[in-house]
Amino acid sequence: MKGLSLDTRASAPLPNPIRPAFERGERDDSVVVSIGPSHPATHGTIQVIAALDGEKVERVDVHCGYLHRGFEKECEDHTWHNLMPYVDRLNYCSGLVNDFAYCEAVERLMGIEITPRCRYLRTLLSEYSRIADHLTCVAASLMELGAMTAFLYLVMIRDYVYEHLADLTGARLTYTYGRIGGLARDLPAGWLKRLAEILDQYEDFVGRIHGLMDRNRIFIDRTRDVGVISAVDAINWGFTGPILRSTGAPRDLRKDMPYLAYAELDFDVPVGIKGDNYDRYYVRMREMDESVYMIRQLMDMLPPGPISVDDRRCTLPDKQLVYTEIESLINHFKLIMDGPDVPPGEVYAAHEAPNGELGFYVVSTGGGNPYKLHVRAPSFVHMGGVHRLLEGYQLADIIPTFGSVNMIGGECDR
Amino acid sequence: MPAEIVERLRAELASDGREVTLAPDMPVVTVAPSAVRETARQLAADHGFDLLLDVTAVDWPGRTPRFDVVYHFYSTSHLMRVRLKTRVPEEEPVVDSLRSLYGSAGFMERECHEMYGIVFRGNMDLRPILLYEGFVGHPLRKDYPKQQEQPLVPYRK
Repeated sequence: MKGLSLDTRASAPLPNPIRPAFERGERDDSVVVSIGPSHPATHGTIQVIAALDGEKVERVDVHCGYLHRGFEKECEDHTWHNLMPYVDRLNYCSGLVNDFAYCEAVERLMGIEITPRCRYLRTLLSEYSRIADHLTCVAASLMELGAMTAFLYLVMIRDYVYEHLADLTGARLTYTYGRIGGLARDLPAGWLKRLAEILDQYEDFVGRIHGLMDRNRIFIDRTRDVGVISAVDAINWGFTGPILRSTGAPRDLRKDMPYLAYAELDFDVPVGIKGDNYDRYYVRMREMDESVYMIRQLMDMLPPGPISVDDRRCTLPDKQLVYTEIESLINHFKLIMDGPDVPPGEVYAAHEAPNGELGFYVVSTGGGNPYKLHVRAPSFVHMGGVHRLLEGYQLADIIPTFGSVNMIGGECDR
Repeated sequence: MPAEIVERLRAELASDGREVTLAPDMPVVTVAPSAVRETARQLAADHGFDLLLDVTAVDWPGRTPRFDVVYHFYSTSHLMRVRLKTRVPEEEPVVDSLRSLYGSAGFMERECHEMYGIVFRGNMDLRPILLYEGFVGHPLRKDYPKQQEQPLVPYRK
């Protein structure tokens, strides 16, 4: 037992990484409790310090940062291409949306117009990722309310999606599939056929979820009129995405500032009526249906052609040429070692990620590395306003409300 | 982006040393640090930019003033964005907080404060948020070494 040396670890108490905003509640008999970060519903990364009056939450102080890994600092030390795996890991439930938003920011700086096939494919994959992300969120928040069957149905479909994406990209979650000026590779044979099958299965299983949950007394009691926020408040606190739409404000970047191929698609923006947990559940369910509708349109629209632009500033030359001619070999070497030469400038590019507005603010001074890369991560901003959804409700409501916000530690803490 | 909004911004905001330019992605309003709060108030009240998207800074070591503080706003009525920029010196990196105008400013200013050391006057809660209590330095400043480590708990041998 010599190697364990238990005595050294037991000696001094570990320092507290946080300083709570309050030590005691408003009343003398208020109780202050700490929920998380070691709690499955807080993803292991969020600490909620709550002052309680009985079971009622008086005041909440939300702490994040347990998953901080210096994303922005690390990016400044990598070439524009090599930081792509980091970008994936922001929102690891829908990594492809991160990739495409980042690529668009860099492409705008370089003045690159992506090819039509790439544009439609990125749109299709963004919507496919949105389905996977919403499935995860809805499944997890239903399971936290005890709905194990609903969880298993939804996660089963999600796993079909992930395995299907693994066929395309080689990974289930962290794809590294976007490339500046294109995509890593084209669709494998039979991919679209399997996609159609999965969408059919999705409809079958999501139909069962509607049957199990929509008019379920227990579910409604736990979610209706819980965690309510008004549209004006939501905008003031920076909420975007499904949370803002659940309040009735039909704000969606795909409609409002169309990017990729969204202007050519027919789809609705579902909104809620009250901005409570039930509305957030329902908006996500309806958004998945719209995504399926969009994917079916895109499968018919997908044009043939190259998936990457023919631009030697960013696209790697064909492997056959790298092996046979010196110009391509040097081109490949320079792109890998020095990175694409991005002209000086600054740009803010945002996509409608499953959680809300995912923005990349990129500053370049020329050369192969970003001078600054800042992520406007929806989850981080949402954590700044989530106390508005928790205060005034029951202690037990923290878990379903927190689940309905869909905090993703990777993008929140960066 | 609607041209008449850009024209209105130019007509009403380009005064008192403030400048409105048009970047490829959105209009940019450049102001002195003392005018940030008033400009943000005007953007929200008169121009409908009701959603504060983002607060961050850019470090330009060797330049005076050293830091850019950059805000992005979105208008849920005009469906467009605007960028607000100001420059603050290293010796006095202070701007007024937008916390009373936008709830979302609270968290974002906290992050900008710990990462760049920008002080947001009027934001009473500038505790560390992604970093921990007692972290020394501002890691996104260019002079903070990338390899530097400050473990809160000593590494196991």
